[in-house]
Amino acid sequence: MIELVIAERCTACERCIEVCPSNVFEPTASGPPAIARQEDCQTCFMCELYCTADALYVAPNAERPEPVERAAVLASGLLGQYRRDSGWDEWQGLYPNEQWLMETVFRRAAEVAR
Amino acid sequence: MNRFHAEAEGLVADVLVIGGGMAGAWAATAAAREGAHVVLVEKGFCGTSGVTAAAGPGHWWAPPDPPEARVNAIAQRQRIAFGLGDPVWMRRVLDETWRLLPTLAPYYDFPKDEHGRVRNYRAMRGPEYMRALRQQIVNLGVVVLDHCPALELLAHADGAIGGAAGIRTQRGGSPWRIAAGAVILAAGGTSFRSHLLGSRNNTGDGYLMAAEAGAELSGMEFTAAYTVAPQHSTMTRTMSYAFADYFDADGRQIDAPFGPDQTERLAQALLAGPVYCSLARLPADVQSHLPTISPNVMLPFARWGIDPFRERFEVTLHTDGTIRGIGGVRVQGEDCGTGVPGLYVAGDTASRELVAGASSGGGNVNSAWALSSGTWAGRAAARRARRVPASFGGLVPLGRAGLRPSGRPRPTEAVEAIAAVRAEMHPYDKNLFRTGAGLEASRRALHDVWSDLAAHAGEDGAASLGLREAAALVASARWSVATAGARTETRGMHRRLDHPELDPGLATRLVASGFEAVAVRPETSPAPKAFESVA
Repeated sequence: MIELVIAERCTACERCIEVCPSNVFEPTASGPPAIARQEDCQTCFMCELYCTADALYVAPNAERPEPVERAAVLASGLLGQYRRDSGWDEWQGLYPNEQWLMETVFRRAAEVAR
Repeated sequence: MNRFHAEAEGLVADVLVIGGGMAGAWAATAAAREGAHVVLVEKGFCGTSGVTAAAGPGHWWAPPDPPEARVNAIAQRQRIAFGLGDPVWMRRVLDETWRLLPTLAPYYDFPKDEHGRVRNYRAMRGPEYMRALRQQIVNLGVVVLDHCPALELLAHADGAIGGAAGIRTQRGGSPWRIAAGAVILAAGGTSFRSHLLGSRNNTGDGYLMAAEAGAELSGMEFTAAYTVAPQHSTMTRTMSYAFADYFDADGRQIDAPFGPDQTERLAQALLAGPVYCSLARLPADVQSHLPTISPNVMLPFARWGIDPFRERFEVTLHTDGTIRGIGGVRVQGEDCGTGVPGLYVAGDTASRELVAGASSGGGNVNSAWALSSGTWAGRAAARRARRVPASFGGLVPLGRAGLRPSGRPRPTEAVEAIAAVRAEMHPYDKNLFRTGAGLEASRRALHDVWSDLAAHAGEDGAASLGLREAAALVASARWSVATAGARTETRGMHRRLDHPELDPGLATRLVASGFEAVAVRPETSPAPKAFESVA
């Protein structure tokens, strides 16, 4: 579930409010969006993918909140991992889309299993 | 043809598409290309909502040359369709997919080889695919209304569908109404609220709305699909698990090799205790490319500090329901009509039995079906809208449970109804390993929950959304359980411990309908009496 909106990174562009498929964020009068409905988060990481400021952190636990230390997350290097590995925005061309390899992996697995 | 415009009662369009996932976006594309003015409403955001966005959809794919490619693909599928597929529909899907996917090139950057040739058109990345489809429909002039879930259909006096009503979940939650010459339900299937990646919005809303309009359901017994994921996570991305080894709590390896029986064997092991997974056998080159093949797969591992190639981690199986299963609204014609005038279905909302038969279509058949059925529905809806002008005159709302209960409204908790659905549809010993007695117990439990919702659940505005989702989940579960009870055999993903053999007499699709009493009949029998199971 979504755990953190990191205020010093957030540019208040409100893109996360727009793209979240389960509407977990709420705009605030000034500053970063609030996590208003954490229990509705479907842990799809889409907000992170669309956050060009890498200001969001979704914990992998979909069943219950998993609070994290803001400082630890900032130091972890994990912020923006999804967007980077997807080759979005400034990462375009540096992380190529290799989805097409997937069927070759399944084929190799079937050969091993035979 | 009508111009898309606003009237005092709401918006007027030629075609209304309900749902902005892959099927809905392809439907909107096709309708707009026919010249229709299209409005698409989406519960979440068209681009991130639904199960395509977070996945890596391949597409069932066979080029027209050499001709045996399609013959072989269809023959292969027929072998696991167990008599319920239709080769004519399979061929249509292969053809439509092959022709249409490359047309997305202006919006999707298909990876190319060193000679500049597209490597393949069939393997797509979900987020980029949905971003491309959104851009395509916006450029075609489709009006996309995000965060605007539909709650119910609107019908003319003759029963023809002429629009829908819903609410906006952002900025105050105001209600909306849209009149249209034709409506396409592309609202997804349902995982019965499991943690299948991206499926939270997929609560079977399309099934509920279609059935309220008089449509039938088909193949609802085929909901026993499950996908492995790290325990507590949503990450139901399967590729790496093709090389997985599984162990019990004592470290003993579980005999569950990659293959068709793997899910059953893992489920048996999970019923006995926790199951741990090792991905050590994933070839080193795949390990290193994993983040650029499927960029979200490593996110849970990295965040939990697990090295999945060196450490064992606990896994579970998430219910896929009708999403990797089969069932949905019965398709009654090549145009994906439902038998209800003005109402069309696409993607997971439409039963996929015609192409998938009794076995999961996985990502491939399912994606090809979403694209194809969306295209056919979109085209047909646009053509109908040329004949049938949209109008608010005489439209009546069809929503019952959650909106207009039959009895006195009283406070009803959607979460309790949803918990009851999960309790019947998720456990492996109920939905995967089925028995007549178990299905009967599920039927009774769900009947009580439904009766309560139908009689007393009714809210206005934002509060109605949760109740409508609950009603859709309970109704979908009831159709599934009733049909599974009627299919007294084992066929494809439908496994009956008390009927482990295939019954040649049941080589027919089963059709479910109704709310207060759920009726099940074989499709081949025109009368609902011949083979009735009233729940």
